[in-house]
Amino acid sequence: MKYLRRMAMALLAVIYLAALLAGWLAPAGYARQFRDSPAAKPSALFWLGTDELGRDSLARLLHGSRVSLSLAPAAAALATVIGAAAGISAGIWGGWIDTGLARVMDLFLSVPWLFLLLSVRAVLPLNVRPLESLGITFLLLGLLGWAGPARVLRSAAREITGEDFMIQARARGCSRVHLLTHHLLPNLAPVLAAQFWMSIPIFILSEANLGFLGLGVSQPLPSWGNLLAGLQNVDAVVSCPWRLAPLALLLVVMACFHLIVPMEDFSK
Amino acid sequence: MKIRWACFALGLLVAPSPRAARLPEPAPGGELRFCLHAEPKNFNPLMVSEEPDEMIQYLTGAVLIRINRQTQIFEPELAESWQVVDGGRKIEFTLREEVRFSDGVPLTPADVLFSLRSVVDPALHSPAGEPFRGGKGSITVSQTGSHRILMSLPSPTAGVERLFDQVPITSARAIEKSERPDDMPVLGPYRIASYRSGSALLLTRNPFYWKKDQAGRRLPYIDSVRLSIQQNRDLELARFLRGDIHLIDGMDAESFDRVAEKRPNEARDAGRSLESEQLWFNQVARAPIPEYRKEWFRSRQFRRAIAQAINRADLARLVYRSHAAPAIGPVSPANLSWFNARLRVPTFDPDASLMSLKAAGFSLAGGTLRDRQGHAVEFSVITNAGNKSRERLASMIQQDLARIGIRLNVVTLDFGSLIERITRTFDYESCLLGMVNVDLDPSGEMNVWLSSASSHPWNPAQASPETPWEAEIDRLMRAQAVETAFTRRRALFDRVQEIIVEEAPVLVLVDKNSLSAVSASLGNVAPVVLHPQTFWNIDRIYFRGGTGR
Repeated sequence: MKYLRRMAMALLAVIYLAALLAGWLAPAGYARQFRDSPAAKPSALFWLGTDELGRDSLARLLHGSRVSLSLAPAAAALATVIGAAAGISAGIWGGWIDTGLARVMDLFLSVPWLFLLLSVRAVLPLNVRPLESLGITFLLLGLLGWAGPARVLRSAAREITGEDFMIQARARGCSRVHLLTHHLLPNLAPVLAAQFWMSIPIFILSEANLGFLGLGVSQPLPSWGNLLAGLQNVDAVVSCPWRLAPLALLLVVMACFHLIVPMEDFSK
Repeated sequence: MKIRWACFALGLLVAPSPRAARLPEPAPGGELRFCLHAEPKNFNPLMVSEEPDEMIQYLTGAVLIRINRQTQIFEPELAESWQVVDGGRKIEFTLREEVRFSDGVPLTPADVLFSLRSVVDPALHSPAGEPFRGGKGSITVSQTGSHRILMSLPSPTAGVERLFDQVPITSARAIEKSERPDDMPVLGPYRIASYRSGSALLLTRNPFYWKKDQAGRRLPYIDSVRLSIQQNRDLELARFLRGDIHLIDGMDAESFDRVAEKRPNEARDAGRSLESEQLWFNQVARAPIPEYRKEWFRSRQFRRAIAQAINRADLARLVYRSHAAPAIGPVSPANLSWFNARLRVPTFDPDASLMSLKAAGFSLAGGTLRDRQGHAVEFSVITNAGNKSRERLASMIQQDLARIGIRLNVVTLDFGSLIERITRTFDYESCLLGMVNVDLDPSGEMNVWLSSASSHPWNPAQASPETPWEAEIDRLMRAQAVETAFTRRRALFDRVQEIIVEEAPVLVLVDKNSLSAVSASLGNVAPVVLHPQTFWNIDRIYFRGGTGR
C-alpha cells in the first residue's frame, strides 16, 4: 500500500509540475487558434496535435490541469472545513444542535446538485471572466459539498467524545477549547484528511460533468470538463488516440483515492 | 433459316434495350426503415404540431396543393387545379375525381369542406389554420359546383396557395377514428398499420392511393415503412452504419463526415439549407444592461463593424467542416424564389472594421477598444449549452473580436434560462442562436421582421417602430403581404433583405448545408433542403431489386 501511495504522490507531483510549467512546455497558449491547422496530428510544433479550432491540445491539457488541480483542492478544503465545523459541533454538543445540524445535512444531501448548479449558473451575472466563472463554480461546489464530510465527521466526533481518554480529560477540568484542540482534532485528523482527499476527485468530476453538459468553464479557458467533452466522438478518438490525453483525469482521481491514509497507518 | 431469322427478330423485340438494362426499373416491395426523433403525440391530422406528427402526416396524409420540395413550385394534389381570384381574396379548387380513402370510401366535396372549415375554425385551434387566423373577419368555405370548392378570405393574401401545403384533407369519420390510428382511413401513400408506444410505428401501403406512375402502376413502390422511435442521434447513426435503417435526415457535420468516410456514396450533401446561425444585439430599451452598452448596440456603425470583423469563411470551414457557407443575408440562396441575388457576403476585414469603429468615436489603446467615455468594449454572448457547434462558433468570434480589442465573454445557459432572458427579462447583451425558415414565403416571416412581433429578435413587441428603418421594414412587409403580383412582392421583400444587411440588427453568420444519409439500396432518393429532406417523394422511392437489405 505504501508503494502505491508513493506512486500516487509521484504521479500527482508530476502532473502538478507539468501544469505549473504549462507556459514553458506549451508556449502556443491555450486560446490561440491556428486556423490553418485544425485537428492536426502530433508534431514538433504541437506535441499532442490541435483541436477542431486549431488550438494546441497540450497547452489546453496543461492549462486545464492547472485550473482543475488548483481549484478542486481549494473547494475540497472549503467543504472539509465547513463539514468539520458542522460535524464536530453536532458531535460534541449533541441535543437539539445535533438534531438541527443533522437535518440540514440531510437537506443538503438530498438536493439535486446538478440542477441547483444549473440554476445558480443561470442567475450569475453574464459579464464574468472565464477564470472568475470557474472560481465561482468551484466555490459553489465547495459550499454545496460540505454535508457529506460533515456527516462522517459527526459520527467520528461522537465516537471519540465517548472514549475513556475524553471522559478523563473532562473529569480533570479541561476546557472545551482544550478538549477540541488537544484531544478531538488530533484524533479526527485521519478522517479529515480522508474527507479532503476524497472531495478533490469528486469536485473535479462534478466540474467535468458540468463541462460535459456545456455548462462548466466558459470559452476559451480549458478545464478537464470541457476537454473530456471533446471525447464524445468515439470514431475520432479511435482514429486519433492522442486525443485520449484528457483521460489523465482518471489517473489523478485514482491517485487521490490512494492518498487516503488508513487510520492505523496514521497512528504510526 | 426463315424460322431462325424469325426467332432472331422476335428476340430483338423482346430483349430489353441496352439503355433500359442500365436503368433499374422501379420494382415494388421491401420495408423502408428510418427514425422518428421523438414520440408522436397526435394522430389527428387537424391537430398536428410537432415534428414527429408532421412526418407521419406527410407519409399518410394528403393536401390540395403540395410544394414540390425539389423545384419549390406548387403542384396539384387532391385539387386538380386552382385559381386565385378577386385580388387574392378567394381561391377556388377543382377537386380530383375518383380519389379514395385507404378503406375504399370515396373522397367527397363534403370531406374537403369539413377539412377546410375545421382548419380555419377558431374554436378548434388547429395549428394548420394559424396562418389563416391572422387577419380580421371570417373565412368562408363553400361548394360552388359538383367538384369545386371556394374559400373566401377577409383580405387579400399574397401567395395564399402555399398555406394549403400544410392543410390536411380528411373526413369527420377519420377524425373520429384518430384515437385508434391503425383504424384511421387516410388519403396519403401509407396508412398506419400498428403503433407501439416508445418503440415503433409501422405504415403499410394504402391500397387505394390515387397516384400512379408513368407505366400505370399504383404508387407507392415500397410496401411498408417502419419508423423507430429513437431520440439519440448517435445511436441512429450507429444503426445506419449497421444497415438497420435506410435514411437519416438533418445530420450534423461530424456525423455526416463519419458516414462519408465509411460509405462515401451514402452521404448526401444537398448544399445550403434554410438553417442559419445568427448573432444579434439586445436593443430593448428597458433591458437591464448599462446605458453605454445599449448605445453601442443601437449604433449601426458598431453593428456593421462587428459584422466585418467576423471571419464567416473560417466559421463555415472549421465549425461545420466546410458543410456550410458564409451567409449572405437573412434569406438563404436555398430559397429559390425569394433570395435577393444582389446581396453579397459581408467582407471579412478587421482593419476596415477598426477604421469604422474609430470613425464612430471608439479608440484602440493597449489592445483594448474603448468608447468615447473610456469604457472598455466588453460584452457577453449567450448561447444554449450542449450545442458544440455553437460553442465553437462563439469561441471563434471571441478570437476574431479580440483582434480589434473587443473582449467577448461566452456564456452557455440551459435552453429554458436562455429563452427566459431573450423573451421576458431581456437580461442579455447579445445572443447566438440558429434560425430555421420553415416557410419559403416572406409572409411566413412576418412574426420575425415586424417590429410588433413577439419573435422580432433584437427588440420584440414594440408598440410602434422605434427606428425609422424598422418602420420601413414594417411598411414593406405589410405591403408585400397583400400584393399579389410576384415581381412587385419580390421587389418589396428584396428591399427588406437589403435593409437588414445594411442595418445589421442580426448578423447572419453561416447557412448550414442540408446533410443526410441514404442507403445505396434505395432508388429515386434525391435529398433536398426542405423538410422532409430525404423522403419528400416517398411514393416514388423504391428498393433496387425490390426488397430492403
